[in-house]
Amino acid sequence: MRRCLALLVLLLFGCQGQEQSVPGSDADARPAYGDTFIEASIGEPSNLLPVLASDSASSEINGLVYEGLLRYDKNLRLEGVLAESWEISPDNLTFTFHLRQGVKWHDGQPFTSADVLFTYRMYIDPKVPTSYAEDFKQVAKAEAPDPYTFRVTYREPYAPALESWGTAIHPRHLLEGQDVTKSPLSRAPIGTGPFRFVEWKPGEKLVLEGNAEYFAGRPYLRRVVYRIIPDSSTQFLELQSGGLDFMGLTPIQYATQTDTPAFRRGFNKFRYLGFGYSYLGYNLRKPLFQDLRIRQAIAHAINKQEIIDGVLLGLGKTATGPYKPDTWVYNPQVKTYAYDPVRARTLLEEAGWRDADGDGVREKGAQKLAFTIVTNQGNDLRAKSAEIIQRRLKEVGIDVQIRIVEWATFLKEFIFPGNFDATILGWTGGPEPDQYNIWHSSKTGPRELNFIHYKNAEVDDLLERGRRTFDQAERKKIYDRFQAILAEEQPYTFLYVGEALPAVARRFRGIEPAPAGITHNFIRWYVPESEQKYAR
Amino acid sequence: MLVYLAKRLAMMIPLLIGITLISFVVIHLAPGEPTDLQTDLNPKASAEMRERLRERYGLDQPLAVQYGRWLAHLAVLDFGESFAQDHRPVLDKIVERLPVTIMINLLSIAAILAVAVPLGVMAAVRRNSPFDKVTTVLVFTGFAMPSFWLALLLMDFFGVRLGLLPIAGLRSIGYEYLSFGRQVWDVVSHLILPVFISAFGGVAGFSRYMRSNMLEVIRQDYILTARAKGLPEAQVIVRHALRNALLPVITILGLSVPGLIGGSVIFETIFAIPGMGKLFYDGVMMRDYPLIMGILVIGAVLTLIGNLLADLGYALADPRIRRS
Repeated sequence: MRRCLALLVLLLFGCQGQEQSVPGSDADARPAYGDTFIEASIGEPSNLLPVLASDSASSEINGLVYEGLLRYDKNLRLEGVLAESWEISPDNLTFTFHLRQGVKWHDGQPFTSADVLFTYRMYIDPKVPTSYAEDFKQVAKAEAPDPYTFRVTYREPYAPALESWGTAIHPRHLLEGQDVTKSPLSRAPIGTGPFRFVEWKPGEKLVLEGNAEYFAGRPYLRRVVYRIIPDSSTQFLELQSGGLDFMGLTPIQYATQTDTPAFRRGFNKFRYLGFGYSYLGYNLRKPLFQDLRIRQAIAHAINKQEIIDGVLLGLGKTATGPYKPDTWVYNPQVKTYAYDPVRARTLLEEAGWRDADGDGVREKGAQKLAFTIVTNQGNDLRAKSAEIIQRRLKEVGIDVQIRIVEWATFLKEFIFPGNFDATILGWTGGPEPDQYNIWHSSKTGPRELNFIHYKNAEVDDLLERGRRTFDQAERKKIYDRFQAILAEEQPYTFLYVGEALPAVARRFRGIEPAPAGITHNFIRWYVPESEQKYAR
Repeated sequence: MLVYLAKRLAMMIPLLIGITLISFVVIHLAPGEPTDLQTDLNPKASAEMRERLRERYGLDQPLAVQYGRWLAHLAVLDFGESFAQDHRPVLDKIVERLPVTIMINLLSIAAILAVAVPLGVMAAVRRNSPFDKVTTVLVFTGFAMPSFWLALLLMDFFGVRLGLLPIAGLRSIGYEYLSFGRQVWDVVSHLILPVFISAFGGVAGFSRYMRSNMLEVIRQDYILTARAKGLPEAQVIVRHALRNALLPVITILGLSVPGLIGGSVIFETIFAIPGMGKLFYDGVMMRDYPLIMGILVIGAVLTLIGNLLADLGYALADPRIRRS
């Protein structure tokens, strides 16, 4: 049946193809206002007050409605948004932000430093159930000396702090003195950003429209619609039928399913490295993994490129450490582990593991060289990576079992109590290189992120210095060393960095791929007048 | 009759409490808590903030206390506030999803009855005929076919390839600007595939059921009598046989009352329909206890009422039962 359908389609689209010209290449298309940009969200946004929301659907919408004092520009450098400029005192303790004048909230009220001060106080208010208080708790003093100046002083120099002022600023005049969790703004947000909220039909769609009074100029697009479509196959069908203008593709969709003339006529595809990597992490409290040679042998036995080719269809890069390869902090000179089963076998022999009984699995005394990789259900990429690793490790005489467990159970019963041998997981970071919470030896407590119990005094020291140092060149030296130690010690075997694979309808112009991705200049995206699809 | 009714209603209260107690305990047995989604593996969340969240939700109390509190609120019909990050009242969230779920389920039950009853009757009357054999094969194919797969195939065919029907959702973008007639067609065309899919498996099961009922009735003596009287075959089948074969349908309809509000996660997810099934599923995934309990209570009440209605309806329709 499938084959018949495919044939039918070829015929249908084959005829159309000859008549249509290829849009998207004409240089004389001028920017024009209007049209609607439709994208899909897998989940319903939970809350449109950024202080309360931690899901990606909410963050994406909030990112268009609200703004922070600063943000990362297309080259991942901090630039001012609500702050026009800022100064850092020589002792690195005091930041002074000079705020933009004439900015208005969507309800017409002026934006001032009182809003910033209020936002700060709200984040540290114990009655406000937010996940983002930590960065602001380092602040010793916050003040607003005049309506367009905001000043914070820290107890000690804290480099990640600057980034934290990219946090969305909330309107004081609508929230002060109220129970934030009951605020109507959580369903109908009012910010200062380039798009303002229009309506939200629960379970169906959420509509934003361009803010005509936006300080950096009105966005070209008249409207942005988020359709809530919980199934990714449905999203893909909607994209093909024109019901969506944008979608992040999976590797298989990118590589094969969209490789048709019809799709190429309607969409532009982009690819760039995402901020996230997958790893095989070892529980360092297990005696087996305390032997460095075992970890290095596994690293040599795994063929990372094979995993990328098999799981990501080649749409990714091998990871050598916690940073993605195109950032300033990435250290390209660390020790790498080429796929080398011979070397892996030698290391295992050196560590005393031999296959004396000839059953294909090495042993030392009565103990077999065997362990279990546990990972969470619902992530196909991880399950497949585990299978590929299992096969390669078998070749060098290590018996690997795979266990796949539902997310909550996975964390509660396996990861946090330390009840696992090895796990395949991933971390998503950002441009800020601070990795204190994941690698510092003080973060091995219950439910903390260093659940593999990695302890290295030099790494601790580097991480502490890294977050106190503001100078980028200095920081680079610190984090280069940090990456070199991780690469040598292999507490994780870093597997791969995946790529973001967005497809955008071809009528949208002005898209500039950059290290930060493609959405950094979303307000400058436009559709030439002749190609606009939605008149109202 | 009234005494019977009162008794039945009174019996429902302990039953309902039992159901809620078991559900409450079972839900809390599952590992994971509502706060996890916000705090686990989140580098920005501290232990202190986790404790604060737990306190806010009352999760720091013993289970018995939590259940007692919940029950006390329920007694005044307060389902509480969702643990999800929107902090909305559970009742609001349920009420918002009910109309579309009930509409699709009613349409689908109507479609099932309209198709399955004639199909079952015909198959029974012409037992072992080619028609019977073909429907049997089709019905079992329909039974065995995974509905999500069929849904995707149909969406791909009618939506992407032919472009005749919309793929997902309930309304098109720009629905507000359409004329009234177009709006009606817009909604209808969005409903065709979901209703078809949700009725599809039901038709298969129900027509089988109808067929075996009918076969049993046709063998009865009074059918023989009717035929012996010389009644035309159509009248024998429709007036004498079908009416008796339809009796058990009352029970089925009674049992489907709770089903009216319980959607299906699978087709709601695929068709992007904001229904109860998805709400419940999401609630379970994020351990939103008040929401889960709210839906379970409403479901339990409706099941009990549906059973009661079925029993009463049966008594009304069948004099033999009324007398005994």
